[in-house]
Amino acid sequence: MQEAIKTRLQEPPLFEGQQTDARITEQIASIAEHPHPRAWFLWFGIGAAGALMMVTTIVALLAIGIGIWGVNQPVGWGFDIINFVWWIGIGHAGTLISAILLLLRQGWRMSINRFAEAMTIFAVMCAGLYPLLHTGRPWVAYWLFPIPNWLAMWPQFRSPLEWDVFAVSTYFSVSLLFWYIGLIPDLATMRDRAKSKIAKFIHGIFSWGWRGSALHWLRYEQAYLLLAGLSTPLVLSVHSIVSFDFAISIVPGWHVTIFPPYFVAGAIFSGFAMVLTLVIPFRILYPALREYITMKHIDMMAKVMLATGLIVFYGYLCEMFFGWYSANQFEQYLVVNRFTGPYWMTFWALLLCNGVIPQILWSPKMRQNLVVLFILSIIINIGMWFERFVIIAISLHRDFLTSAWGQYVPFTADWTMFIGSIGFFLMMMFLFARFIPMLAMAELKDLWHRLYHGGHGGNGHSGAHTPAPRGGGQ
Amino acid sequence: MAHVETALKLHGIIAEFATTDEIIEAAKRTREAGYKKFDCYTPFPVHGLTDAMGVEDYKVPWTFFFAGLFGAIALFGLQVYTSVIDYPLNIGGRDLLSWPYFIPITFEGMVLFAAFTGGLGMLAYNGLPRPYHPVFNVPQFERASTDRFFLCIEANDPNFEPSRVYEFLKSLNPISISEVPE
Repeated sequence: MQEAIKTRLQEPPLFEGQQTDARITEQIASIAEHPHPRAWFLWFGIGAAGALMMVTTIVALLAIGIGIWGVNQPVGWGFDIINFVWWIGIGHAGTLISAILLLLRQGWRMSINRFAEAMTIFAVMCAGLYPLLHTGRPWVAYWLFPIPNWLAMWPQFRSPLEWDVFAVSTYFSVSLLFWYIGLIPDLATMRDRAKSKIAKFIHGIFSWGWRGSALHWLRYEQAYLLLAGLSTPLVLSVHSIVSFDFAISIVPGWHVTIFPPYFVAGAIFSGFAMVLTLVIPFRILYPALREYITMKHIDMMAKVMLATGLIVFYGYLCEMFFGWYSANQFEQYLVVNRFTGPYWMTFWALLLCNGVIPQILWSPKMRQNLVVLFILSIIINIGMWFERFVIIAISLHRDFLTSAWGQYVPFTADWTMFIGSIGFFLMMMFLFARFIPMLAMAELKDLWHRLYHGGHGGNGHSGAHTPAPRGGGQ
Repeated sequence: MAHVETALKLHGIIAEFATTDEIIEAAKRTREAGYKKFDCYTPFPVHGLTDAMGVEDYKVPWTFFFAGLFGAIALFGLQVYTSVIDYPLNIGGRDLLSWPYFIPITFEGMVLFAAFTGGLGMLAYNGLPRPYHPVFNVPQFERASTDRFFLCIEANDPNFEPSRVYEFLKSLNPISISEVPE
């Protein structure tokens, strides 16, 4: 009886099939070494076309001015800030996976961290463009940094917008460093496997001559763990500071204390949705990945989405409650305006996409259905975009004086910039898949050895596993 | 330098192993045999290996700590200097030293300095970048980043005597033993 319960409770494996160190290397490294499937060119091409559209928009923007965007009084923060918050939120899942799950010793992070961190970096690149261009004069963006200049002025350090400059630039630099340090041993593997002189040279440069000395590994792991320890509060601080951009003002719907945790949860929610949006097609494109990104991983990610989705939904309920409880007519009006105002559709879409539809994740069957998960992940991405639209446009378009009310309508340039940045993101993801080992090989080998010690033996087939200890950490 | 040299100047002698258990055992026995200058090379961090070798190192964590401390003080100091000393702005008589408002950037400065000094410092302590190293001369070493584990006893060890080292390594039952030319 007990045995039967034990087998039923036994967790599904983190690896499909039997692995060896050599197999892990071969499967993952060869993806970046061989010519790519035709679908790669198709998707890369679509992404590159989008990136071109974005560049064109930026050129037009610089030549003409931000008047080509739909932002105006009273809605001065339109698509640019909506997309900024959306992209940076997407990026947060990568850091959550790479840093927080490392500290929590979640072994399942090992197979998706490289991929998710790459996503973080490209998402933050997209995010950073928007406020930079929104300044209207990006060529003097250095004013944002405390560099002594001829104006003899310093940035306003008491403004959350200035905190944002520091938070986002630190976040981008530290994420890039964390990602690159994780890559060094794998690039050394690529160097040792490279057949051509040029490939060997390039990988040799980028791997810094890594040779896997035991003392080097000791220091490496210390540094890696500490970087994770620093990235964890960093990622929480970044989205908290992004939420301060709103919460420190007195605009109805923005001036709420729940914003930092609610923003962070929303960021992780949308980020995991984006990881699934990318991972599911990548598993089809590169079947070798299925051995490492198993249904168990997908299941875990779906559960994280469900949990963070509920936190976000709780945030919506809190906003409604506090709107009523504030006894402030402007706050109360905002709640009514969200339900029935001119942008009612976005608010209802947000409740549907983020609150109602993700509840299907309670069903284990749905968490195993890749088609459902893929569609759901896109719905959540859209829903989270609507959330930012609701927060920004609905709050701004009707504030304290009726005479100052207005409408916000995005123009063509808003759409080309937004869709273009998605294209740029896609292009970067496919370039990443082409040139860099997509999964962290050294970490996967480490995990394999922790889970099934002496894993070069024959205990590898699914079902025959000894109950897996939660590997990970350090 | 101008000694009579054999044709090959040695960096050391390297043995190749197939499993993590073997490399840990080999490191333990090498240490017990009294060798001081030896190193292990593995494709991933093997836990327990540095303990077996008797290696300890805490430079990296301290670097992170002091760099973080420096970053926090530097950024806090910058904000105090600019807001209180260099360009004080009297806005409704509010405090110039509004320190709670300086905390977010102080925190970001701490993270930025700690991460970069510590991360790049780790590589510097390891003597990287170093594209060339004698161990790369051994053909089998290509697999050191894939699935093989190596132990190299170096020629600058006081007890280094090629034939004895060779015999000792042989007693560890490696897959192969090779000389590493300098």
